[in-house]
Amino acid sequence: MALIEIQHLTKVFGTGADRVTALEDVSLRVEDGDIFGIIGMSGAGKSTLLRCLSMLEKPTSGQIVLDGSDLAAMNGAQLRAERRKMGVVFQGYNLLMQKTVAENAAFPLKLEKGFDKAAVAARVDELLELVGLADKAGAYPAQLSGGQKQRVAIARALATKPEILLCDEPTSALDPLTTKAMLALLADINRKLGVTILIITHELSVVRRICGRVAVICDGRVAETGTVSQVFENPRSEVTRLLLSEKEA
Amino acid sequence: MGAFFAEYGSILWAGTLETLYMTLVSAFFAYVLGLPMGVVLTITKPGSIAPAPRFNAVFGWVVNILRSLPFIILMFFIIPFTRALVGTSIGATAALVPLTLSAAPFIARMVEQSLEEIDHGVLEAAQCMGATKWQIVTRVLLVESVPSLLRGLSISLITILGYTAITGSVGAGGLGNIAFRYGYQRYQTTVMYATVVLLILLVCIIQILFDRLARRADKRNR
Repeated sequence: MALIEIQHLTKVFGTGADRVTALEDVSLRVEDGDIFGIIGMSGAGKSTLLRCLSMLEKPTSGQIVLDGSDLAAMNGAQLRAERRKMGVVFQGYNLLMQKTVAENAAFPLKLEKGFDKAAVAARVDELLELVGLADKAGAYPAQLSGGQKQRVAIARALATKPEILLCDEPTSALDPLTTKAMLALLADINRKLGVTILIITHELSVVRRICGRVAVICDGRVAETGTVSQVFENPRSEVTRLLLSEKEA
Repeated sequence: MGAFFAEYGSILWAGTLETLYMTLVSAFFAYVLGLPMGVVLTITKPGSIAPAPRFNAVFGWVVNILRSLPFIILMFFIIPFTRALVGTSIGATAALVPLTLSAAPFIARMVEQSLEEIDHGVLEAAQCMGATKWQIVTRVLLVESVPSLLRGLSISLITILGYTAITGSVGAGGLGNIAFRYGYQRYQTTVMYATVVLLILLVCIIQILFDRLARRADKRNR
């Protein structure tokens, strides 16, 4: 079953002469439980796509159907409720710098009216255990390494038990070794919790390592999509060949 | 020295307390007005969490116009308002009204500047978690900016302290009033020097205290 279905998504910025079409008629299906990669060069529209999926940008037209309901048509309280089914992990971590690791992970849980303090504390322990930061609960983000910060961000994104985790270049600020560990953690989460993961990246190795399916984005359009082995072994689009050759270079 | 303090000590002490009273109370009310103004200035900017570009531009102008009124003119200008509000236009309590009104737009800009320092990505992260605008303001913006807000508070306090000396020259009490009456009107320069020393001390104490508070509050540098 498709968890997220993107249908004819178009995003246009500006008007008149400044008009820029960032995404044009993008349609994708992400199956429940999959790890789905979206790869493309800088400026291809990957980030805009993720910003539309997380509803930070309102699509100009098209639908984003999560679990049978169209996010693009939602507003206010309805959208806020739906957002709790999604966790977002950012390239720049976006942690609260004045809050401890535990407080960061608890943040989304404390947004709910009349939350149960003990339940939140228990959930935070569970989350930090999951990402391997149980011993850092009282530390502040400034005291952590990049990889550890991203782990906190993942714990925070998983706090509300989302159905899907959207990751925007989650490893591009990390060194190769930390990247490897981070991808292993994501794969582990996918397996253990059954959370669907969508990863935006420009790194082929990321897709190769953990993704089941992949979509290649170029100039705001989907160049091709399929299983990772299909797409990478039999590239049908110019941009995929370009991405593959860059890796060799 | 001993004789000087025996004669003027109690006056100077009372003046110091009066200056502190005017500074702290008007700073409190100025923040009651200025903090929400600063928040509104920040969040209604294009691209922020409650964008309203036209309103933001108009409101920005209003704040600028209020800020461009020199304090001494504002003080006289609003005398009828002051009288209506506190029943008198003379004394320390009456001085609170112009002090508050003049500091509020200044504080609005200080607060705006502090809130601007916060990375927009953190606000977006909160949005993605389903936070309401109110929650983003109260749990992200105002929490993440605490160290910077504290530094702004020390600048605001010192600015208001300077204004209290002006109100003192027109009968509002405090150290400014003592300096004016004894130093300027009676040529007792020693008393004036004493008030200057006391004002310098007050400024130093405020600065050191808030620097320390801000540093202790900031979790980014440990």
